[in-house]
Amino acid sequence: MQTLVAYVENKPGVLNRVSSLARRLAINIDSLTVGPTENEEIARMTIVAHTDAKGAHRLEASLEKLVDVLLAENISERSLLERDLALIKVAADQQSRPHLMDLLKVFRGRVVDVAPDSLIVEVSGTVDKIDGLLEVLRPYGVLEMARTGRIAMTRGGDLLQPPSEAAEPAATIKT
Amino acid sequence: MKLTGAEILCQTLEQLGVTDIFGYPGGAILPVYDALGKSKLHHVLVRHEQGATHMADGYARASGRVGVAMATSGPGATNMVTGIATAMLDSSPVVCITGQVGSKLLGSDAFQEVDITGITMPITKHNVVVSRAEDIARTVREAFLIAKSGRPGPVLVDITKDAQQASAEFDWEKCVPKLPAKRKRASYDKAEFDRAIELLNAAKRPLILAGHGIMISGAMKAFAEFVHAGHFPVAMTLLGIGAFPANDPLNLGMMGMHGEAWVNHAIQEADLLIAVGMRFDDRVTGDLRTYAKSAKKIHIEIDRAEINKNVKVDAALVGDAREVLEALNPHMEKKARPDWHARIAEMKGDSAVRDIQSLPDFGHLYAAHVINDLWKETNGEAIVVTDVGQHQMWEAQYYRHNKPRTLVTSGGLGTMGFALPAAIGAKFARPDADVWVVVGDGGFQMTMCELATIVQEKIKVNIAIINNGFLGMVRQWQEFFYDKRYVATPLVAPDFAALANAFGIRGERITTRADVAPTIRSARESKESVLIDFRVEQEDSVYPMVPAGASLHEMIRRPNNPLVETSTEP
Repeated sequence: MQTLVAYVENKPGVLNRVSSLARRLAINIDSLTVGPTENEEIARMTIVAHTDAKGAHRLEASLEKLVDVLLAENISERSLLERDLALIKVAADQQSRPHLMDLLKVFRGRVVDVAPDSLIVEVSGTVDKIDGLLEVLRPYGVLEMARTGRIAMTRGGDLLQPPSEAAEPAATIKT
Repeated sequence: MKLTGAEILCQTLEQLGVTDIFGYPGGAILPVYDALGKSKLHHVLVRHEQGATHMADGYARASGRVGVAMATSGPGATNMVTGIATAMLDSSPVVCITGQVGSKLLGSDAFQEVDITGITMPITKHNVVVSRAEDIARTVREAFLIAKSGRPGPVLVDITKDAQQASAEFDWEKCVPKLPAKRKRASYDKAEFDRAIELLNAAKRPLILAGHGIMISGAMKAFAEFVHAGHFPVAMTLLGIGAFPANDPLNLGMMGMHGEAWVNHAIQEADLLIAVGMRFDDRVTGDLRTYAKSAKKIHIEIDRAEINKNVKVDAALVGDAREVLEALNPHMEKKARPDWHARIAEMKGDSAVRDIQSLPDFGHLYAAHVINDLWKETNGEAIVVTDVGQHQMWEAQYYRHNKPRTLVTSGGLGTMGFALPAAIGAKFARPDADVWVVVGDGGFQMTMCELATIVQEKIKVNIAIINNGFLGMVRQWQEFFYDKRYVATPLVAPDFAALANAFGIRGERITTRADVAPTIRSARESKESVLIDFRVEQEDSVYPMVPAGASLHEMIRRPNNPLVETSTEP
């Protein structure tokens, strides 16, 4: 599994170009998240792909060939922080509710909705942590789940910022 | 100044230096055609939109300038797909402009509506829909910039009909391209550069693999200097042919599936391969597990995505070929390498045998004879535009190109039907050049409708059909690998000479060796286009041949017959 971060133009069709490229390279995407950045014209993607380092290089270099991709970087080998957010609706009656609450404490999950027969749990963390929580919730009955997919960021002074310099002046180019 | 979107498009194209557009009108592009009529642009009416894209591609390849193709929405646009993919695979700068239904109708399955940007996304370098007149000029300028810069490629601009009709302010100075601010990567570091120099100067058996990128970057001078400094033998890719003169003693000829035997053996024996502007396509490497096992590899390539894609390299110099070579040249040590050149000469054997002119005439007309005579009669100076298949490989083997951009051929996609329209484009790009189409009887029948375009445009393009009554290359594979079961390869063709006459073009049919050169001479002397139907040996094959997936040195060699190969087995 390889993790890439990309800064892209925040406009229609870019997600399609990125996912279409992965398809063309026969690389299966495990998760792809897109969100805004502090610059409204630029969006940030985290792409987690089923491939090896060679495939990730190819994906990274090919992504940067897309006009709308400002930067793509394989950060798999770097020290990084990864987060996934899940909302899990789990069956809960009078009897099971206290047990569930105890479990959630261990996983630092929060109950964000309570109904007579169910709870919605919000939990964030690494993929392993969420998978671990799911494992223990399963016997109670997981009714529904939504996960965001991973977002990732390199730690400390290892900055990955969108390029800021203006595009090259191109007014003089002729055929 | 207020203009309609259609007028803005025409003015922008004029300002960009465009003179010729290859296209076909239709409902959704009609406003542009109306404006074209009032502009200085010359429009070439094609007979099929695939032809328009191949013409724009041929124009681009013969000149290095951006070729422009135009079509209407729907089927007009989808007919362009093969031509766009052809340009993409061979890094050819083409801009395709398509009409689109009005922006209010988008997504409604309107008449002749198709999502052409969706369809062409994986086969264009970039594509874009324009739905406002005020965005046309900037977008088209961006399209030209993208098509031409870096590793070139096709760009499609889809313009809605209402954008063509609406009015907007047009000011060339203000509509400057605004491309996203991309990260600029350092092309290579000093350590990588020093490693390359070290490998270059230490090599005992180096060999250069010369590709299309040399011509794209205009690196011919720097490349020749590089080659002569290191006294490197040079092997050419199909698309690289012309980048280095065939008459230079260091030019060994073509590599790969139908490359010269001594070239493929030299690659396998080399201790250093220097790949310049080429991408280690499977047709040039054969089985990657056995490819050039004793060689270190240096890759000079503008596209970072090509590095280590097929062949793992020891030094990668990512950048424009000319810039990289100019940086390397001052560091090159002069070498003679007598042992290595003697070894290659030994593998090459008696090259006089290759001179098929001196072979006795057994009454057979071989395609190689035709190509060889064409080469001699045109002094090796024609622009030859080939189709795809056996004749294409024979052209690469027997026509010796000394100048860049004189062989125009579909390499990556291998598009049959390319030759005739691409040659028309090449003629518009180089009106003074002697342009020849070399095409098989199969490929010619795919796009022969463009003969009418030649007549309507009153241009001179000579056509040599290498007619063997088969889809020859497929037949050859069936002969070698399917026990001669010729399924769907015997091919009925019309009387091509009579067909040419029907279009108003002079047609000739040649069946004997003695008539080849005089007919070519007469075609060259004619003011009008001439089509020559060469009836060649039906079941001849291209040799040598590396079967698909086999090792590069495992070639099928020509059995004893009138055409003797020169190379001896090492």
